[in-house]
This record gives sequence, C-alpha cells and structure tokens, in this order.
Amino acid sequence: MASDRLFGLVVLMTALAYIASATQIQTSFLQDPVGPKAFPMLVGAVAAISALVMIIKPDPSPQWPGVRTFGALFIALVVLVAYAYALKPFGFILPTAVTASILSYQISPRAIPAVFTGAGLSIGLFVLFKYALKLGLVPFPKGLFA
Amino acid sequence: MDIMSNLALGFSIALSPYTLMLAVVGCFLGTIIGALPGLGPSNGVAILIPITFTLGLDATSALVLMTSVYYGAMYGGRISSILLNIPGDEPALMTTLDGYPMAKQGRAGDALVLSGVASFVGAFLATIGLLIMAPWLAQVAYLFGPAEYFALYLLAFCTLGGVASNNQAKAAIASCLGLGIAMIGVDDNSGLPRLTGGNMHLADGIDFLVAIVGLFAIAEVFFFIEGHGKNSSIGVKLEKVVVPWRDIWLVKWTMLRASLLGFVAGILPGAGASLGSFLAYMSEKSIAGKEGGFGTGVAKGVAAPESGNNAAAGGALVPMLTLGVPGSGTTAVLLALLMTLNITPGPTLFTDRPEVVWGLIASLLIANVVLLLMNVPLVKFFVRILMVPAWILLPGVTMISFVGIYSLSGSYFDLLLMVAFGALGYVLRKLDVPTVPVILGILLGGHMEDALRRAMVLSDGDALYLFSSPIAIGFWIAAVLGFVAPMFLRGVLAKPQRVSD
Repeated sequence: MASDRLFGLVVLMTALAYIASATQIQTSFLQDPVGPKAFPMLVGAVAAISALVMIIKPDPSPQWPGVRTFGALFIALVVLVAYAYALKPFGFILPTAVTASILSYQISPRAIPAVFTGAGLSIGLFVLFKYALKLGLVPFPKGLFA
Repeated sequence: MDIMSNLALGFSIALSPYTLMLAVVGCFLGTIIGALPGLGPSNGVAILIPITFTLGLDATSALVLMTSVYYGAMYGGRISSILLNIPGDEPALMTTLDGYPMAKQGRAGDALVLSGVASFVGAFLATIGLLIMAPWLAQVAYLFGPAEYFALYLLAFCTLGGVASNNQAKAAIASCLGLGIAMIGVDDNSGLPRLTGGNMHLADGIDFLVAIVGLFAIAEVFFFIEGHGKNSSIGVKLEKVVVPWRDIWLVKWTMLRASLLGFVAGILPGAGASLGSFLAYMSEKSIAGKEGGFGTGVAKGVAAPESGNNAAAGGALVPMLTLGVPGSGTTAVLLALLMTLNITPGPTLFTDRPEVVWGLIASLLIANVVLLLMNVPLVKFFVRILMVPAWILLPGVTMISFVGIYSLSGSYFDLLLMVAFGALGYVLRKLDVPTVPVILGILLGGHMEDALRRAMVLSDGDALYLFSSPIAIGFWIAAVLGFVAPMFLRGVLAKPQRVSD
C-alpha cells in the first residue's frame, strides 16, 4: 500500500516537473503543427494520470529487505559509482578486482573466495577483452611501473 | 517460387564458414546464457551488443550472432527450470510446473530431451511461419502512413501494458518513463535541445544500450545481493540421458498446437515469449482435463510450454523485422542492435537489404538444428555450467557490462547512468512495475513522436487524421481492447505460482 502510494507521489511530482520543463522548450521559427512541446507534455500528462490511479488504488506492498540488506545494497551502489569514476584514472585491473570482490562478498559473505573471485575475474576478463576481443583497455595507471 | 529463391540467397550467405561459425558460437553462448539463472535472453543479448559492436562485425554477421544467442537462450532456459526449479529466464517459468516434478521422479534426462525436442519443433515451425508471414506483412506495411504507425506504436504499448503486466497504471507509468527519456536530447525537427537541463552529456540523448544494460543486467546484481545468492541451490541429479521416443510420439499434437498458439502470441506486438508459453501450457492443461495430471510431471506439461515459448520467440521477430515494432523484451533489445548498426527495420528492409533478412532467416533454420544437436547430446555439459555459483557469475556480468558500455563511448557519464538505471530497475521490479515498456519507450519514443508530427503536417493539424484509415482505426480499437480487456480477465489470466517444492 504505502510503497505504491509513495512511488505514485514521486512519479506525479516528476511528471509535473517534466511538463513544467517541457513548456520551457525553445521553439524555432521552422514550426510544424505539433511542435517540440506537445508530445513531451502528453507523455507527462499520461504519467501523471497513471500516478494518480496508483495513489488511489495501490497494490499491496512488496517485501522490502531489512536494514542490513539495504545497507549491503547501498554499499554495492556506492562501489559501482566509485568504479565508474575509477576506471579511467586507475586502469582496468585494480578497480575491477576491488569492485568484483566487494560485489561477490555482498552476494555470499565469505572473504577469501570473494577476493579470489575478484582477482580472477579482473585478470581473466582483462585477458579476454584485451587479447581475444582486442578492446583497447589500459591495465594499470600510466606511470605506475615506469 | 519467390520464397525459394529468397531462401537460396539466404542460405548462400548463412552457409559461408564464417557465418556458420558465428551461428554455432551464438547458439553455444545463448544456451549458457539461458541456462544460468540471473542471465536471461534480454540481459544476455544486451551485454553482448556493445561487445559485438566493438568487434566490428558487419550487419548480417552481428544479426546472425545475436539471433542465435536469442534462440539459444530460449532453449537454455529450460535446463535450470527442470533441474533446479528456478526458471533460467522468465518464459521458462511455465516449464518448472511439470519439468521439475518430472525430474524429481528421476526422469530429469527424459524431461531435458523432451523439452529440447519440443523447443526444436516450436522454433522450427515458427521460423517457417516467419519466412511465410514476414514478406507478406512487409507488403501490407507499405500501406502504413504516419497515422497508422502512430496507432501501431500505441497498440504495442497498450498490449504490453495490458497483457504482460498485472497493473495497467504501472505499465502506463513504465511506458511514459521510457517515452519521456526518449525525448531528452536535441529535437530532430527544430535542432534545439530539449529537457537536457543544460547538461552537455545529455545533448545526444540517452543511449538505449545504457538503459537496457542498466535495467536488465545491473538490476539483477542488486536482486542477488538482496537474496544473498540463496537462489543458487543445488537441484536434482541428472542420471543417464536417453531419448524417450515414446513420450515424444505421445506429445506430437501438443507440440503442434502449442507452437501455433505461441507463434500467434509472439506476433502480437508487446506480448512475447512469456505469454506464448503461458497460453500454450494453460490451453493444453484444459484440453487434457483433470485426468491429464498437469503439474505432477507429465510429458505434455513439459512439451507444451517449451514449444509455445520457442514458437513465440520466432513469432516475435515478425513485427520486429517488418514493422520495427518488437514483440517482446528481447526483440526490443535486438531492435536496439539494428538501430545501432544503422539498419531501419520495416518493409523497406526486405527490398533494400534482402541479404540481411534472408541471411538471418536461413541462419535461424541452421541455428535451430545446431541447437537441437547441442542440447540433446551435450546437455550434460550445460548442466555442469549451471553449477557456476552466483557469487562468481554476477560480479562477472557486472564487469562485462561496464566494459561493454565503456567501450561504446569511453565516458564515465554513461557508466553512471547505467548504474542509475540499475538502481531504478531494482526499485521498479520490486514494485511490480514492468521494465520492458521502459525499454520500448526509449527505443520507439522518437519514432512515435515523429509519426505524430508527420501525420499532423500532412493533415495540417487536424487530429481526426489519426483515425482516417480503416487500418488505423483497427489499431486504435485493438489498442483500447488490449489495454482494457485484461482488467476483466485478471481472474482467468492470473499467472500460476511456481511449485513450492
């Protein structure tokens, strides 16, 4: 109940904001009858109506995980974001090994297999991508072994 | 005959050693992808697309590889359904209902071979159907103007929302989410940016591959973290594998009926393989009646959903190739592949690029035979691969997704977007909001708006033009029916729960 209502509310707000920003779209002198604003506004309106339906007639709430699992999910999210930033400056191997180990540990909390998984995946995938598929990956940051 | 000469052209392409090799590799990868729980056809094909792209395959080769993966995944899904009682992918859910009980009776080998043969029959008949239907539908599609296309896109969203999900409002929100995202970027007509919030990274729009990989592959990781990999339990043992000729003969009519039903379900825009296997199973169950013993591990219950599911997989290619409207989640991903390769599906594809279409159809026929050969004698090998634990598989999938998306654009912004889509996918699926309409919206949003705007240019702004032809009116009626009717049929169409041991 509550989760659907909350989600409906978020969608409603987003849809209204979306419509509002659609009204700000610049139009050019070359104008077709519909123009660049109408379709986004239509989409926003349909979303807003559906969100209202969800608020009025919510489904039963799903089973949300407990606080600890949420913590694990949040850590995974942070790690993935950090990985996205780290890939360029730190090369492929180190960030991949660390990220894969942490993800593996979050799925099955045993430290040693997780570390081996991370290291194995990082080196295995590097070899696969670099030599079999010929992608231009950088293994280590420049200057580390120079 | 026309079809024969076209097929000859197709086979001349498909039988080249290189294409043949791609088909075999695709079948092999596809079966593995389908078999592994957590990797289904849609996310499997999605993570492979960027890699294919960087390999620099030409259009025909890339398409042959990916459709072989697609067909292969449909075969592979049954393996974990039968042995672990975990559907390897969503359409294989119905196979657990009789496949797992049959395996528990010590007939795992029989169930695997039988479902493999049923898959072959379904996929084979559907490919024949495809090669007859598709050119014909392509002819009809020449009659479509912008008004008809607009109505057709609407129909796809409505049937997807109505038939394939449990709550219309949620499906509509998902479609709008996708359509809304598709609007971001530079407007083709005026050349001015829309809804980018001034962010330079968004000026090109959001790449659908980023969204697909995020929603399908990254979201899966979050689900496995939530479940702590509990889903990777060990199921029943596979003993000797022999061909159960008697059972195969027994289910011959079941396979035919299920294939026909699945094919039709697949053609419906937006319905897809899950609906195909569901309808096939339910209709066979009612034909067999109470004495049929469905749910206790009978041969018909194993054959019906597999024929239906594979036939629907072939059927879903018909609207994707002829109209550019995908019939399922995975064909939406294949459509993304076509768009990335700069191929516009639709009637002109058949006249402009016959080598792509007929090469594809011929390789599907070949892939199907390869898959039968692979899946019956080699089934033990795939069973061994199933034992890869989730704590190795899922981090691997994530890393491959990152490399794939990174190799497309080399921008960390796309990676961040992908993670964001992953988190979004987790929340959406938690709330039972379907994610396939989001993908369809991102893929088709631009085309849908374009159709509307061109229709209005033609009619000088008269909205009634949208209802001006019988074809368009038919689509509108079907769209409304497809969206509304399931509300009243919920009781009948309710999906049965999985066997809980």
